[in-house]
Amino acid sequence: MDKGLLQVVSNELVADRVYRIRLQGEWVNRKIVPGQFLHVKCGPGIDPLLRRPISISDVDQTEHTLDMIYRVEGSGTKILSEAIAGNQIDLLGPLGIGFPIDQRQKGERALLIGGGVGVPPLLYLARELAQKGVRVTSVIGFGEANQVFLEEELGSYGEVYVTTIDGSKGHNGLVTDLLNEQYGLDNNAWDVLYACGPLPMLRALQDRYQATDKEAYLSLEQRMGCGVGACLACVYPAAEGSDHSYYKTCSDGPVFELRKVVLG
Amino acid sequence: MQVELAGMKLRNPIMPASGCFGFGKEYAQFYDLEKLGAIAVKATTVEERAGNPTPRVAETPGGMLNAIGLQNPGLDHVLEHELPWLERFDTPIIANIAGTTTEDYVAVAERISQVQNVTALELNISCPNVSCGGITFGTDPVIAADLTKEIKKVSKKPVFVKLSPNVTDVVTIAKAVEAAGADGLSMINTLLGMRIDLRTRKPILANQVGGLSGPAIKPVAIRMIWQVSQQVDIPIIGMGGIQSAEDVIEFFLAGASAVAVGTANFVDPYACPTIIDELEEWLDRMGVNSITELIGAGWKN
Repeated sequence: MDKGLLQVVSNELVADRVYRIRLQGEWVNRKIVPGQFLHVKCGPGIDPLLRRPISISDVDQTEHTLDMIYRVEGSGTKILSEAIAGNQIDLLGPLGIGFPIDQRQKGERALLIGGGVGVPPLLYLARELAQKGVRVTSVIGFGEANQVFLEEELGSYGEVYVTTIDGSKGHNGLVTDLLNEQYGLDNNAWDVLYACGPLPMLRALQDRYQATDKEAYLSLEQRMGCGVGACLACVYPAAEGSDHSYYKTCSDGPVFELRKVVLG
Repeated sequence: MQVELAGMKLRNPIMPASGCFGFGKEYAQFYDLEKLGAIAVKATTVEERAGNPTPRVAETPGGMLNAIGLQNPGLDHVLEHELPWLERFDTPIIANIAGTTTEDYVAVAERISQVQNVTALELNISCPNVSCGGITFGTDPVIAADLTKEIKKVSKKPVFVKLSPNVTDVVTIAKAVEAAGADGLSMINTLLGMRIDLRTRKPILANQVGGLSGPAIKPVAIRMIWQVSQQVDIPIIGMGGIQSAEDVIEFFLAGASAVAVGTANFVDPYACPTIIDELEEWLDRMGVNSITELIGAGWKN
């Protein structure tokens, strides 16, 4: 990890309040694991003061580019959405522990589950898994049709199921409803599960798959200060039996084995 | 760049502030910690503390609210793992100590002050984020002085008392702890603050209130150090929103003898070494031979 300055190639709206920013520079040549994030200084000066953690949604090391897909939520992401081609972005990263994929074997089946702005890191994950010959199925959920993104790109790597809470696109309901429909409660249709999305979705997945003996990983979000493990702002309690009493989302995660962390 | 305070010789007057640097491991990934004048490590309590529920941080213009709640691995762990790890660096360590009762503070002070690479103690009587201890010790001059006296009885190392800005008259507290034997002061800790989410209509921090740090509080720190440094004869480690060499100079002019950098580390992990380099350049450019000649120059004739 280190600080870097990357040049904005493009920054475009891809869904309601959701932008994809493409950044370019030699900095991208380093090893970047799917699920890792960048800590982004969204603007110069002291307001906003802190960096913003944003997941890496794709990497192209031949073009030295990386993409981040983010939703405008507050002043920082608003400023970031106004960056134009040629601007430079100050970032720190790649940070955190990403999705473990080293052990994946050709022919295995991976189930990727994403909700809202939790979907972006799944794209780079799907690409890396597909390159290993893993069969990828993505289940992605959004609030309504105008919030849907990455459906097509994820489709390059396997089946994609889309659901919206209001039913305006794809299936009607939550991703967990779709999982019931698609896989049933007693499912054997996958070997490993990777999920990223809002806390209630991750909680539901944890409840549901706690008892399975399959590998399952959740990518968590939490308000962060430093992004490197020093400030202790972004903690989650560790599950019983762990060698920790708490985990730092930024440096012990953001990806955790599904049974290791208490989502409260 | 060298400064001496309470018998401690620092190669430069810049140190990361307690609570903003962990025990150094995270930032050692970015640069050699021997570059630093000293390191004030995370507050340590007798028992491990889990801290407050999340969310623990919220942002404000030019500032940050935190309510970590003194989360730390406890004295035994710090003695066995954290401080020994820091031995590889030839950099003075200031151990910040906290507690719920006087006995807690004394227990930590007694043991941690015996550690070879601990150069001084920093008595945390100003944390606003814990329900017992912390700030309750720092807002009453008699209680603050009594605790300082007890710590001085057991400490083998100089004791700096970290003062809270959340008081009516900081000078009274400063004079009280000086009279009780404090070797120096650290000021200021965070200002008690709060933010409310417009959508949920509830406080953003799970603890409701938190400590405000960052550039937003710098004028308060400068004012308090200006007031206190004219009334005491012990050195002050100044802190509160330092982000640049110019900020450091302003703290010295107000009366600080060294400074601690806090929130800036979160924004830029290289904040401390960058400020050290810029400070050296600034002193050269301005023809200042020793930074010590700037201490209190803002109020001395």
